[in-house]
Amino acid sequence: MSVNISDLEEHFLKSIESNARLTDDQLATMLGCDVSTVVETRGRLESLGVIAGYRTRIKWETVTSPPVESFIDLAVQPERGYGYDRIADRIKQFPEVVSVHLVTGSQDLRVVVRGQTMQDVASFVAERLATIDGVRGTATRFVLKCYKQEGDAFARPGNDERLAVTP
Amino acid sequence: MKSLSTTVANLPASGIRKFFDLVAEMDDVISLGVGEPDFVTPWRVREAAIHSLEQGRTTYTSNYGLLELRDAITQLISSRYGVQYNHRNEVLVTVGVSEGLDAAFRAILNPGDEVLVPEPCYVSYAPCVMFAGGIPVPVPTSAADGFKVRADRLSAYITPKTKAILLSYPTNPTGAVMGRQELQDVVDVACANDLYILTDEIYDRLSYDAPHVCVASLSGARERTILLNGFSKAYAMTGWRIGYVCAPAPIVEAMMKIHQYTMLCAPITSQIAALEAIRNGERDVADMVDDYDRRRRMFVAGLNRVGVPCELPGGAFYAFPNIEHTGLDASTFAERLLHQERVLVVPGDVFGPGGTGHVRCCYATAPKLLEEAIVRIGRFVETLG
Repeated sequence: MSVNISDLEEHFLKSIESNARLTDDQLATMLGCDVSTVVETRGRLESLGVIAGYRTRIKWETVTSPPVESFIDLAVQPERGYGYDRIADRIKQFPEVVSVHLVTGSQDLRVVVRGQTMQDVASFVAERLATIDGVRGTATRFVLKCYKQEGDAFARPGNDERLAVTP
Repeated sequence: MKSLSTTVANLPASGIRKFFDLVAEMDDVISLGVGEPDFVTPWRVREAAIHSLEQGRTTYTSNYGLLELRDAITQLISSRYGVQYNHRNEVLVTVGVSEGLDAAFRAILNPGDEVLVPEPCYVSYAPCVMFAGGIPVPVPTSAADGFKVRADRLSAYITPKTKAILLSYPTNPTGAVMGRQELQDVVDVACANDLYILTDEIYDRLSYDAPHVCVASLSGARERTILLNGFSKAYAMTGWRIGYVCAPAPIVEAMMKIHQYTMLCAPITSQIAALEAIRNGERDVADMVDDYDRRRRMFVAGLNRVGVPCELPGGAFYAFPNIEHTGLDASTFAERLLHQERVLVVPGDVFGPGGTGHVRCCYATAPKLLEEAIVRIGRFVETLG
């Protein structure tokens, strides 16, 4: 279900989408409204669930050994009256699980799992996922390198190559 | 050795050059001196160009430019501004607006013809008039008038030799925009005096508070107007050097004669990229404009907060604050700010005497750097007491 939002709310969302740390003062200046409007807008969008949360994207690999990520495709026997929902609900509770999607194709659920080592992930799949009633098979693909995630390209940092002064 | 061209020899050196040399020897400079977007050209546009190269599209094109591109340009102008041009003989694809300007002046001017140039303005206008044998006649605009050209004051500058008036709204360096009636009044003066109107609308998409008014759309304007635009600013395509001119067929035909002997055609890769930009770049433009708008408000509020009075400019991506209260002239202000705080701004008088007492700050720079620049400018102004 989509929610109707105003132009101001859309501008607000675009502003914080790439930088959630903008202060209410900064947002008020950027959007050309007063701070109380920013606070109201934020509150409304949060209560409507349009803003689902604020997270920090940490590149853990810069301070520790990088986590291992894996795509696990599950073939699942759907349940009468529930389809895939109850199994998906069960799987999504595990903290190791980053995301769960029901997908088309020969497999049914695509689960992204994160662990400290390949062994962690393998054990999790073998002991936790494959053993769930209704899971008929698993196919595990370990991620070797991430090029882009959630809209952000993991690019080499680019330099500003513009001339320092131009007419 | 015989002397070089007197026209060129008489041309003063650009006031920007000195700052370019100064900044080359410094580290940690936040440059607000640029005149181009900080976005890279949208990927879909770059990808279209790459694909064309893979396909071996590396030839000359028609002198006028690719027919498809001209068709797309006329459709764009028709849909945005309601002005109709025939893509077969009223559009010329140029190597940026710069080439369009040069060809336009050469196409309309005879030696000694005068061109009204409202200033402060982009630094190339007067030299281009001179290269074409014309005489640029500066028409000062002031902060008090929002740096808009006043139709009621134009007659003082018009002589029997006046051939054309050059308009450029939104304006580099002031960010000024003009409303429909204000521009119509200027067009009426041009009509009454039988002047050509050259209108450089390269910043048309960067008009934040009101829809852009295309001069050619005004009553009586189209038949005497040379509309210049391009892809550099709206689509972040400065380095592609691609623009266009729309004008009545006889003018385009005259410009084409010059263009065919000097440029032959605009680079085909850039033309293909421009076509992709028009066809599929709208969302990218909208996102970039939103982003500039947020930075505009943030930067101008910041300047005012640290004691550098600045009106909120309506267009382009420049703030043009007044620094007279510091007791320094613009050039000294800019030099000392650069040396003391490593922030580069451009003295306003580089763009004409009307810019005296102002500096141009480009806010097409990362928000973090803009915030830091504001802190540094504030610290600098404080030392001036």
